[in-house]
This record gives sequence, C-alpha cells and structure tokens, in this order.
Amino acid sequence: MSELKQSDETRDPLMIAEDWMQAGRDVAIATVVETWGSAPRPVGSHLVIDADGNFEGSVSGGCVEGAVVAEAADVLTEGRPRMLEFGVADETAWEVGLSCGGRIRVYVERLG
Amino acid sequence: MDPLSLKKLNALRRERRAAILLTDLEDGRDRVIREGDTVAGALGEAVARAFRSGKSGVVEIDGRTFFLNVHLPEPRLVVIGAVHISQALAPMAKIAGFDLTIIDPRTAFATPERFPGVALHAEWPDEALARQPLDAYTALAALTHDPKIDDPALRAAFEADCFYIGALGSRKTHAKRIDRLTEAGVSPAALERIDAPIGLDIGAATPAEIAVAVLGAVIAALRSRGPGDRSVSA
Repeated sequence: MSELKQSDETRDPLMIAEDWMQAGRDVAIATVVETWGSAPRPVGSHLVIDADGNFEGSVSGGCVEGAVVAEAADVLTEGRPRMLEFGVADETAWEVGLSCGGRIRVYVERLG
Repeated sequence: MDPLSLKKLNALRRERRAAILLTDLEDGRDRVIREGDTVAGALGEAVARAFRSGKSGVVEIDGRTFFLNVHLPEPRLVVIGAVHISQALAPMAKIAGFDLTIIDPRTAFATPERFPGVALHAEWPDEALARQPLDAYTALAALTHDPKIDDPALRAAFEADCFYIGALGSRKTHAKRIDRLTEAGVSPAALERIDAPIGLDIGAATPAEIAVAVLGAVIAALRSRGPGDRSVSA
C-alpha cells in the first residue's frame, strides 16, 4: 500500500549513511555498544558523521554527540576503529558527561 | 563497516526481514546474518537469543568480543473492521508506536471521517493483503464479527505466522468460528493461536476499554515473540 507511511527512511541513520556513501562522501558510523545505568539511547543506536562534521542520528540525548563527531574525524583520517567511553559527569569531564548519570561505550568506525 | 554489509543490511530492512550485523570488536570485521541463517556453536546460540529477544549487545565467545546489532522490522497492526473499537484502537496504536492499517469492505464503516489520518482500505481483506502481505512482525485483529470478512484474514494471518492473531466474539461465536475454520482445513495448532475472547482479561466493557485490552495483548505477544515461544503469547 503505497500510501502507507514506512518508518521514516529519511531520518534513519543507516539509510543516510548509504546515501552519503553513494554520493562519494567519507562516512563514519558510531554505535552504542554498551550502556550502564540510565542511558538516553539504547544499545544499537547510531550516529553517522561525514568528513565535514555533518551528522545524523544520536548516541545520547545530545550530551556526547559533539565529542563523538570530533573523534569520528580522526577515525576517518586514520581508518582504525576506536571505542569511546562516556561516564557520569564530574568536575574534570563535565563537557562530555551524561547528565543522567549513566555510562555508555560507543564504537566508532569508518564505512569502507 | 564494510560497505557491502551496510547495503545488504539496509536491503533486508527495507524488505521487512530480520537481520543482525555482527561486528568483531577486535579486528573491526563485520557480516550480516539473516534470521534463519545457520551459525555454528556458541555464537549461533547468541545469535538465536538476540533474534528472539530483539536485544542488541556485546558477547564474548572463545576470547573474542563481538557486537550483535539486531534489526527487527517495525511492528505493524492490521485491524479487520472499521468498527467502534477500531476508532479507539487507531490513536492508541499510533501512540504505542505501531504502524496501523484498517481494512473493511463495508464503505459505510470505512470512511475517512470516522478514521482521520489512518491508513484505511475499503476493500476485502484478500485484496488489501495482496498488496501489503502480512508477515511475522505483523499483528492481526479481526473485529467485524462477520465470517465473510474475518475468516479470510485469519487464514492469511496463520499462513504468514503473524506474531499475534486475535478475533472478536463471544465464546459461542468463537466456537462456531473454530468449526468453520476446521472444516476449511485449518490445523488445530493454528486455531490454538487465536486470542479469543480477544484481548487481555481486564474486564473491558466499552469499545475504548476493549481497544486497550487488544493493544495490551498485542504488546505482550510482541515482547514474548520468538520460535517456540508462542505459548506464552497473550
């Protein structure tokens, strides 16, 4: 039934990653692989990032996306995946902490 | 991520097929596993568990660390009957995150005025379901009370192995339905799957309350889905 709305493909990070790839853009994919305590986005959530720092999707409620985008730039250059860990906000790391008090691990890799 | 893995995964997701992207977190290699693919050993067990629960996660197998990202299709709810209960069920199902379709060939019932913003098909179930077939990630609720309309939809639901199959009607109505479908050659195991009287047993009295009971039963079935797990479905 063509008039039936599918789950919104235009906002699906993995569909977007494929579109970007087809368009010849360098793409990094970040994935939440583990969470502890209260975490804003479930395991399996994606953030996709291109070489210009454009991004779609989310790995947290907006708390750590900035840091992931910055790391993704390095991953795109070096090609090696890396594992990032974000924990409870404290005085030394408040900029990239999760205000909810949880902890997450995010795997960042290059597409291709 | 391997570009071929991404293409394969997205193609499966567009086809409403269940898939897992398996990533070896040591060397970064990945591959796509479709539901039903054979995977040996402890990894195979982890894969089967992940498909059943729908939960993504990290597993350690033989000293290697893998991440299993499970992609299950969005659950759909197909309602047969543009009836009073359906009018309450439509907005509730939407809020609960179900992609909802209503099918009823009776044009007096299936009007956009009665169902604003709903995917509504004033057609016989066979016609509408030929275009958008049922599948294992679809729930079917037959609510017309009319065997001519409900029965073909129920048979399609058995064939597609819908994760939930419910039919409205008293115990007496349901007994007659069982007789009809048995005569038509439907197996007792399939008939066992019908949730009837429909919905969770919460003493629902009004159409809106029955809609709550139906939606609750659909959610219970969705969250307990998986091979060999049907008996605990609502």
